[in-house]
Amino acid sequence: MAERTGPGRVLLVTGVSRDLGRRFARAAARHPNVERVIGVDVAPPRGDIGQVGFVRADIRNPVIAKVIAKEEVDTVVHLSVIATPGTTGGRSTMKELNVIGTMQLLAACQTAPSLRQVVVKSTTQVYGASSRDPAMFTESMEPRRTPSSGYARDVADVESYVRGFARRRPDVAVTVLRCANVLGPRVDSPIAAHFRRSVVPNVLGYDPRLQFLHEQDLYGVLEHAVRAGVPGTFNVAGDGVLTHSQVARRLQRMTVPIPEPVFGLTRFGGGEYPAELRALLTYGRGVDTTRMRSLLGFEPRFTTEDAVRDFADSVKPSANRADRALAALESRLTGAPR
Amino acid sequence: MTESAAPGITGTTTRDRHPLRAIPAADWAAALESAAKEVFGAEWEEQLARFIVFLRRRISGQYSVDEYGFDRELTQRFMLAVLRPIKEKWFRVEVRGIENIPTDGGALIVSNHSGTIPMDGLMTMVSIHDELGRDLRPLGADLVFRMPIVGTIARKAGATLACSEDAERMLRNGELVGVWPEGFKGIGKPYSERYKLQRFGRGGFVSSALRTGVPIVPLSVVGAEEIYPLVGNIPALAKVLGVPYLPITPFFPLLGPLGLIPLPSKWLIEFGEPIRTDAYDATEADDPMLVFNVTDQVRETIQQTLYRLLGERASVFG
Repeated sequence: MAERTGPGRVLLVTGVSRDLGRRFARAAARHPNVERVIGVDVAPPRGDIGQVGFVRADIRNPVIAKVIAKEEVDTVVHLSVIATPGTTGGRSTMKELNVIGTMQLLAACQTAPSLRQVVVKSTTQVYGASSRDPAMFTESMEPRRTPSSGYARDVADVESYVRGFARRRPDVAVTVLRCANVLGPRVDSPIAAHFRRSVVPNVLGYDPRLQFLHEQDLYGVLEHAVRAGVPGTFNVAGDGVLTHSQVARRLQRMTVPIPEPVFGLTRFGGGEYPAELRALLTYGRGVDTTRMRSLLGFEPRFTTEDAVRDFADSVKPSANRADRALAALESRLTGAPR
Repeated sequence: MTESAAPGITGTTTRDRHPLRAIPAADWAAALESAAKEVFGAEWEEQLARFIVFLRRRISGQYSVDEYGFDRELTQRFMLAVLRPIKEKWFRVEVRGIENIPTDGGALIVSNHSGTIPMDGLMTMVSIHDELGRDLRPLGADLVFRMPIVGTIARKAGATLACSEDAERMLRNGELVGVWPEGFKGIGKPYSERYKLQRFGRGGFVSSALRTGVPIVPLSVVGAEEIYPLVGNIPALAKVLGVPYLPITPFFPLLGPLGLIPLPSKWLIEFGEPIRTDAYDATEADDPMLVFNVTDQVRETIQQTLYRLLGERASVFG
């Protein structure tokens, strides 16, 4: 543990072309205990990466092993498991990057003697979302329905490879962070895009429970995990849950109910709803974060409510007429309890 | 309505010529004020202001739900308020043995199930809330949560899925949990089998109580069997629709929506003496023999109480 927290750590961060990876890598490079940070991705980063050394490499090919060996990397932070194809191309490329990429990365890690720690950002989507779910998933629970395709399936595969790696290299501390949906003013994710719409579609007759992790807490937990080096799998989420209708009301969004069988077929202004997001918007999900506090020792600064409030400041209200009318009426009445 | 009224009927558009257009704003205000007095009484301003605060809180989403999705405010101010007259005036529910429910800490209420739709669960919720001030957290089948609207209302009213994870989580947090182990076999049984307890599942509720060491309170409900006497079933259509049964009662579907009005039977509900589980070790929850025995004990207690209550009830509609 002492050598892990001591000076001169060398980090390898995957997925730096995306905002999350880039920001994390840049912040890590500024840390006094970190000697250097190497960022890896298939595409160059979109913004400033500060003192991070960028290596344009595809983690799907063995070049990555050479980088790890040559730079004497002691910590790998794997952030390139992606939820949306984005600029990388179609779904098949995304799957390849996620699954084959992780396999190659772990194969490279397996033979690296300098390696001490691996941190993988996973997601609570591995639990799926269905009517048969328990209210709060703990880390030891399995999804009620194993996802057969899509991002959720990728993540399940990635996690199983990571578990295999942890068994083969017991000397490496492997931390898997199952993060709830990330929300924040700068976040660009399917669910953030969903709530940024001026008219938010919801599934008719369902009001799912949602849990959010503020983007700052995401950086916070990654940094904490790298520093603490606690092996294991942890749910990471802000405290409390909000229902979809509460979030929409707090963001002052108008909602349009769409029947569930039609929801999947409809395209909303070009926006797509992947299967795992549709399931989430129908049945919702909650995760238990007891282990995050007691074992990992991480305390998020934002609750789910705080995350939504912070996000609300960045979106323009589209439906607040009812509230304005009531507020006007209230101010006219005397004796209004304040 | 706060817009100033048009000075005269000189407009040329249909909007200008609207009949309400000519009514001055002051008249509107006066009319509203007298209406408010009518509804809220002499203290109308304060009452209305308080109501508006409530309404604004709901509209802006500034209320909270717990991790199971329980909306306490909505349940107490709306759902229970709607159910209360049904409990008191329609079914004239008589509650006995309320002192058998602990006033705080976790406890598991185990009840018989009947009545084609789970009205007995709703009446139990109102009764416990009104007599004891505690919220009953019902455990429901996954079909409930698969259905739109029904599942959402169930969660907002405090229900969660009947699985050992949720049951034990709630019991550990000191909630009062309600379970109906007969499930659909209970509410969907024909009228000829009324007050005959069905199989009690696999006794999962007993394991949960043993593991968490909470008392089991047996509850016997008399009266719910007669609200929708189930005389027939359409299994083929039920299968197509994916529901456990499709009821035919003497009035439904014969009278259409009118047939949905429950018969005003007289209800007696009695909470029995709690069965303590804290004497057992938590590991004994995995002992099938013990689980069977406790399940049987609970089932027998409820069955015997049902027979006794039936004898005490003057008549079905007494």
